[in-house]
Amino acid sequence: MADSSASVARTSPPNTLPVVGKSDTKPTWCPGCGDFGVLAAIEMAVKRLQLPSHNVVVVSGIGCSSNLPHFLSSYGFHGIHGRALPVAEGIRWANHGLTVLATGGDGDGFGIGAGHFVHTMRRNVDLTYVTMDNQIYGLTTGQASPTSMMGQKTKSTPEGVIEMPIDPIALALAAGATYVARGFSGDVKHLADLVTNGIRHHGFSFVDVFSPCVPYNKINTFDFFRQRVYKLEASGHDPSNLSLAFQKALEWGDKIPIGLFYQVERPTYEDLEEVLSAGPLAQQPAGLAGHDAILDEFQ
Amino acid sequence: MSEIIVRTGGEAGDGIASLGEMLTRSFARMGLHVFGLNAYQSVIRGGHVWFQARASEVRPFSQGDGADILYCLNRETFDIHRADLRPGAIVIQDPEKFPLAPSDVPAGAKLLPVPTLAIARKYATQAILQNAAGLGAMAYLAGIPLPVLHQVITDSFGRKAGDVVTWNLGASADGYEHARQHSGANDRAVAPRGEGKLVLSGNQAIALGAAAAGVKFLAQYPMTPASSIMHWLAAHSRDLGIVVKQAEDELAAINMAIGASFGGVRSMTATSGGGFSLMVEALGMAGMTETPLVVVESQRAGPSTGLPTKTEQGDLRLMIGAGQGEFPRAILAPSHPKEAFLATIDAFRLAEEWQTPVLLASDLHLSENFATVDRDELPLHPEIPSVATATLVPGTDYHRYQYTASGVSPRSIPGQPGLQYVAGSDEHDERGHLISDVRSGVPVWVAERKKMMDKRMKKLDGLRRAAPTPLVEGSPNAEVTLVAWGSTVGAIRDAMPLLDHQGIPTKLLFVRTVYPLATEEITEILENAKRTLLVEANYSGQLGQLLRQETGVLLPNRLLKYDGEPFYPHEIVAKVREMTGHGGQ
Repeated sequence: MADSSASVARTSPPNTLPVVGKSDTKPTWCPGCGDFGVLAAIEMAVKRLQLPSHNVVVVSGIGCSSNLPHFLSSYGFHGIHGRALPVAEGIRWANHGLTVLATGGDGDGFGIGAGHFVHTMRRNVDLTYVTMDNQIYGLTTGQASPTSMMGQKTKSTPEGVIEMPIDPIALALAAGATYVARGFSGDVKHLADLVTNGIRHHGFSFVDVFSPCVPYNKINTFDFFRQRVYKLEASGHDPSNLSLAFQKALEWGDKIPIGLFYQVERPTYEDLEEVLSAGPLAQQPAGLAGHDAILDEFQ
Repeated sequence: MSEIIVRTGGEAGDGIASLGEMLTRSFARMGLHVFGLNAYQSVIRGGHVWFQARASEVRPFSQGDGADILYCLNRETFDIHRADLRPGAIVIQDPEKFPLAPSDVPAGAKLLPVPTLAIARKYATQAILQNAAGLGAMAYLAGIPLPVLHQVITDSFGRKAGDVVTWNLGASADGYEHARQHSGANDRAVAPRGEGKLVLSGNQAIALGAAAAGVKFLAQYPMTPASSIMHWLAAHSRDLGIVVKQAEDELAAINMAIGASFGGVRSMTATSGGGFSLMVEALGMAGMTETPLVVVESQRAGPSTGLPTKTEQGDLRLMIGAGQGEFPRAILAPSHPKEAFLATIDAFRLAEEWQTPVLLASDLHLSENFATVDRDELPLHPEIPSVATATLVPGTDYHRYQYTASGVSPRSIPGQPGLQYVAGSDEHDERGHLISDVRSGVPVWVAERKKMMDKRMKKLDGLRRAAPTPLVEGSPNAEVTLVAWGSTVGAIRDAMPLLDHQGIPTKLLFVRTVYPLATEEITEILENAKRTLLVEANYSGQLGQLLRQETGVLLPNRLLKYDGEPFYPHEIVAKVREMTGHGGQ
C-alpha cells in the first residue's frame, strides 16, 4: 500500500462544525463583475440555512463563474467545461445526505453542457443549479454565447449573431425542472431568497442569474437590466401554474421578469432509486459479504 | 473422446444464442471445461448467426478449430460451415426445412435428419420449439445425459409459464430419442467428469468482479460489446445495493462516475471505443483531481462505427494516449473470464490505492463469449483498503495534494468535517488552490507546477510495481516466443500444445499490464528469446510498436488480424510452422 497514511489536519476542532462561509481564496473576477453579487447571494443563502461546510459540495465546470467553489469553505469540485451537472449528480447519488450546488456560466450550462442540463432536470435530481448568465464568453475574451441576443456583435460574430438565443427558463420548464427562477446580481437580497428557497426545495432547482460581464458584453449591462427587470412576486404571478410560467418565460423586451417562475413537488430521482432508500450509498456496505449464493446463477 | 466441438447456426431471431448457452451449461454441469463462441451480426432478425460450444477435459482457452456436430437451422448454415467439419462429424438438419442429401455432406461426415418441426407440432404451434428437438439430438450425440439437459432447460425456462417448460422437455426428449435410434455408432460423445463448473461471459466476470471489489455505482451508456456489464449489474442492483445509471451519453457516464467516486463510493463506467473516445477529456480530469476510477473499454472492430458485433484490439494506442497532457494510469488486459474477474478486482485496488484512473481493456471476444470457471477460482471477498485515508490532525492544515514519496496523498470524502478541499481540474498546489490563473508564470509557482506534475507522475512507478506482472508460460527452450495481450492469448494457449506435439516448443509472453509496462522484465524476456512472434488483432501491431518504444526490441515477425474475427489456434500453428521452416501441416 502507498504511504497514504501521511497525516492531515486543519485548525478548527471537529465538533464546532463551522457553517459555509468565505474561504481564504479571494475571487479573481474583474472589478464590477456580476459574479460578485451571485457569490454574495450564495453566501447569504448558505449562512441563513446554517449549512455546515463539510456537508456541502459546490460543483462547477469551466469559465469565469466556474471558479466560484474556490471562494467558499465547503467541499468543491471544479471540473471540466460543461460537465458540472453529471459530476454533481454522481456526488448526490454517492451521498444524498450532502447538499449539492452546481454553478457555472451560460456557455458551460447551455452550450457545451446543454444535454446534461436537460437530462438532469427531467430526472429531478435534488440539487441547486445557479447559472451566472452574462450572455457572452468572458474567459475566452468575448465570443458569442448560446444566450447572446440576435444581432449582437462579438469577436466570433463581427457581423452580429444570426441564431436565436436559448431561453434557459423556458427550456427548464419544458424539461421538467421543479423549481425555476431567475435572479439579477444587481439585487443580491432578492437573489439570496431565490437561492435559499432553491436549496430548500425538494428536487432540482434552477436559478438563472443575469450577471453582467463588464469588459465583453456592452449590451446586457447592469443598467440594461436595472431598467427592465420587475419582480414576479410583486406582479401577482402564480408559480404553481406551468402555462403562466411559460408565458412569463417568453417575456423579453422593455420588461423582463425575475423571481420564481414555477415550483412543483415531484418525487426526486433519489426518492425513486430504490437502492438509496437504505441510506446514503457511501454509508452502505460494499462487496459480496452474505452473497456467496450469487454464483449459483452461473451453473 | 476428450474434446468435442458442437456448432449450430441459423438466422438472427432463431434462438441460436439460447441454444448455445444451454449446450454450454450442460457441458459445464457435466464437469467439463467449455468455451462458448457466440457469433452474431448487427441485426435483430435475419442474417446469419452461429454458436460454437467446445467442451473438453482440459480447459480450452478458445473456440478451437472445426466442428464435430453441426446443427443447421437453414441451408445457409450448412453451406457456410461444411468446410469446417472434422472427420467423423455429424450434421443435424430437418428435411422439412430444407432438402439435404447424404451425398452433399463431405466425405467422412454423416447426415442425421431429425423431424424437428414435426416434433414441435406435437406440443404447440410455436415453430421455435423445433430448437428443443434439435437440442435433444445434439445432446445425445455429444454425450450429454438427458437429465442434465432437462435440468438446464427447466432452469432456463423456469420463469415462463408451465407449458413452455413441459413442451421443451418433451420436444428435447423426442429429439434425443430420435438421435439415439437413428445415429448409429457414435464415437463423438464426451463423458461426465466430476463437479459442475460455472459458465461466465467476460462481461459477467467483469461485473461480478466489480461487485466483489465493492463497486457501488456504475454509470454507462449502451454500446456493444460493453452493454451486458450494465445489464448484469442492473439486474442485481437492488439485491447488492449498487446504483446503476444509464446516462444520457458517455460524457455524462464518466463524469457521473467521477462524481460518485469523489463522493465516496467505488465507481466505474464501461463502454467500447466510440464511447471511450467521448470519455477522453474526463479521464484526464480523474487523473488531475486524483479521483479513483475504473473504466472498462471493450474494444470492437473500428474505426468509427466499424463492425459493431466483431472483435478487434485496435484501441491500445487510444487507451495509452487518451487525454491531453500527461497523467498516471494503468491498463490491464485479461484474456479469459476467470482473469477478467481477477483483473477487475486488481483495477479497483489500483485505482483506490493510487487515486487515478485504471482501464480494463477487454474486447468483444472476451466480453461476450463464455467460458467455464471453478468456484474456487473466484475469490468473492477480496480485501481492498478503504477509500478515505485522511484524518483530522488539530493544529495543522489539510493538504489534499500533499507531496509524498509515493505521490499518493491523503484523501478525504465530502461529509468528513474539517477536511474540505476543492478538487480542481486546473493545476493546483498541495491545498488544491489553483495555480492556473493569477499565479501561473510567477517563478515560485512555476516551480510548484513542476513539483505537482512530478508528484502525480511518480505514481506510475508504484503502479508499475503493483500491477499484474507479465506472465511467461510454455517451454524454457522455446523455438518461438509468442507475444500477446488480452483475448488473443486464448488461441495462443490452445495452439501451444498442438505445436509441442509437432515438435516445436513455444513460449508465451502475456503482457497482462500493457501500461505502465514492466520494461526491464519484458526486455530481458524478449532479448533472450530465440525468435519472437507478435500476435495481435489489429492492423499495425500496436503492442509491438509499444514494446519497441519501451524496450528497444523490434518484433519482426507479426501475425496480425483485423477482419473482425477472433484468432483460431490453427492460424497460429500455421504461422509458427512457417517461420520455423516446418512448412504446412
